[in-house]
Amino acid sequence: MKKIAMASLNALFARIAADKKLYLPIEKAGKVDFYEWSEGENVRLDALKTVKSAKDVFFPQVENLLKFRVEGKSIEINQAPLCEDDFVIFGVRGCDAKSFEILDRVFLVDPRDEFYASRRAHGIVVTLACGEPEESCFCTNFGVNPANPGGDVTAWIVGEEMYLQANTEKGEKLIAELDEADAKAAQDEQARITEIVGKLPLNNLNLEGFDGEHLMEKFNDPKWEGLSRACLGCGTCTFVCPTCQCYDIRDFDNGKSVTRYRCWDSCMYSDFTLMAAENSRHTQLQRYRQRFMHKLVYFPANNEGVYSCVGCGRCVEKCPQGLNIVRVIKALGVNEK
Amino acid sequence: MQRMMIDRAKELLASGQVNRVLGWEQGEHSWDRTPAFFDGGNIENLKYDGFCGPNVSKYLVGEVAKDGVVLAFLKPCDSWSFNQLATEHRINTEKVYAIGVGCRGKIDVEKVRAKGIKGILDIAEDGDTLKVHTLYGDSTVERKEVLLDKCLSCKGKEHKAGAEFIGQSEETSVGDKFELVAKLEAMTPDERFAFWRSELSKCIRCNACRNVCPACSCIKCVFDNPHTGVQNKAAADDFEENLFHIIRAFHVAGRCTDCGECSRVCPQGIPLHLLNRKFIKDIDELYGEYRAGAEIGQRHPLENFDKGDCEPSIVHERGGSAQ
Repeated sequence: MKKIAMASLNALFARIAADKKLYLPIEKAGKVDFYEWSEGENVRLDALKTVKSAKDVFFPQVENLLKFRVEGKSIEINQAPLCEDDFVIFGVRGCDAKSFEILDRVFLVDPRDEFYASRRAHGIVVTLACGEPEESCFCTNFGVNPANPGGDVTAWIVGEEMYLQANTEKGEKLIAELDEADAKAAQDEQARITEIVGKLPLNNLNLEGFDGEHLMEKFNDPKWEGLSRACLGCGTCTFVCPTCQCYDIRDFDNGKSVTRYRCWDSCMYSDFTLMAAENSRHTQLQRYRQRFMHKLVYFPANNEGVYSCVGCGRCVEKCPQGLNIVRVIKALGVNEK
Repeated sequence: MQRMMIDRAKELLASGQVNRVLGWEQGEHSWDRTPAFFDGGNIENLKYDGFCGPNVSKYLVGEVAKDGVVLAFLKPCDSWSFNQLATEHRINTEKVYAIGVGCRGKIDVEKVRAKGIKGILDIAEDGDTLKVHTLYGDSTVERKEVLLDKCLSCKGKEHKAGAEFIGQSEETSVGDKFELVAKLEAMTPDERFAFWRSELSKCIRCNACRNVCPACSCIKCVFDNPHTGVQNKAAADDFEENLFHIIRAFHVAGRCTDCGECSRVCPQGIPLHLLNRKFIKDIDELYGEYRAGAEIGQRHPLENFDKGDCEPSIVHERGGSAQ
């Protein structure tokens, strides 16, 4: 166990940023998101949830994949560079850290996504225990421990000190220079957090029946109509979600060269399933159902029961019309009204 | 008021005058309100209180395509959107039975959180105060300190549509609604550019502002259409989503009723309503005061010609920008 005074954190950030990119929760125009740190930024480690999750650093909202350039009869093709330098993402909460494992199940299986893989290989994740979890948090339902959130390094803020525990070799290297500390303070903090987590209103959801065995039963449930009726079809839930991983690949053609890019897409959007012949989902009910069936039924059916939700609660806080995955779990679940 | 609304809805449903009801129900937490439809079976779930911020009028666009008559409970501000949608022939008013409901301002839970109140378990309205029960202790908040931005520049508590009215309203406006616009106008172009760049660069392109907007009632938005070449999937450069909002504001100019939903739903807290309000202020100054949605059938100054209209040169005379 290591420790550093909170007042000295800025010096630590400067040391890390001297030779690595460093991402932190930073406030800009009143909202906190992960941005690359530089001296003078308003770091907000006290903010429980960034608006967007931490997934951007591994799976950015937009990234270029290829460039084509036509010259006479030849076509020059250049692949965008892969990530080759180590970088640090600091202050990741347990839910977001868990989401990386879920994204890995999508991007690191065959065919492996080399852009994502190179970032995962070079990313050093410093997690931060949740000293003050909120009512919208339900991560414990999905195997996340907000008191001890893992990653390469785990950090706890206790009063004026930050305690850090390395969990991997990469993590050990990152905090090697810091002072040794007794583990007691961080252990007490874990116990304190665990006690609060026990009181969270959404920490005991019943996920029984959300599996491949009950696929058709869930799919055909008449409750989807009422659940989805107020849905605006915006992409807020999908874009703030740490586990949503769907993307589109498109070309930006400037007449001489083409840049092929990938960007997040949303199953809430009407053209998400538009194909040459038809659009297979005509209604918002179908789109809405797809999003939750994917997270709660299809994904676990294909991934040894692992749900594609980490209970971060961003959809609970951010849906403009008060719809979210918790309502779906309660409405369609067993033993709940 | 909620009781009166439920009872009246029951009467209208029982008499067959209406076939379904549009209002609000409770979401996950005690303060969450989600637009919802009711019939005789679930009408007791209808909620109406200080948390019913969402403007439900746009849902009527889809509803009037169905059989029967829908009873819509409209707040004063919602009634302006209702009129504007009717003006644009997006709502057939014969298929809607509108009841105006009183409003004393709606609460923005984000503003309660911004006071440093965390882990909220319950919020109870008690006159002019809110009693907030949290995981970390209880506190009270002055109601007027946590109202939605749209309520602080309320359009007035008079309903502009409705066959009947239930409940009383209270004025919630504070100060001049154009104060912030005037502040932006007083900035240098560089300062103003920097302000909007910092705000608009937070945009995550979720389209919530567009989808909730009653003035954005196109069946298929140009930015959703893969055949237009301008589909809003990703920005070609970092100014593009900034521009999206500016274009959208132009598109709804003269039709925006200033309902404030764009800013309410923005997950990044971008004050999008200020773009629209700038247009409203300009229209007022150039053509005389005009409020979209004040009545059904109005023609707004940008689509109407009048001999008294200002000459195009007036913009030049104003220094090439609206100063």
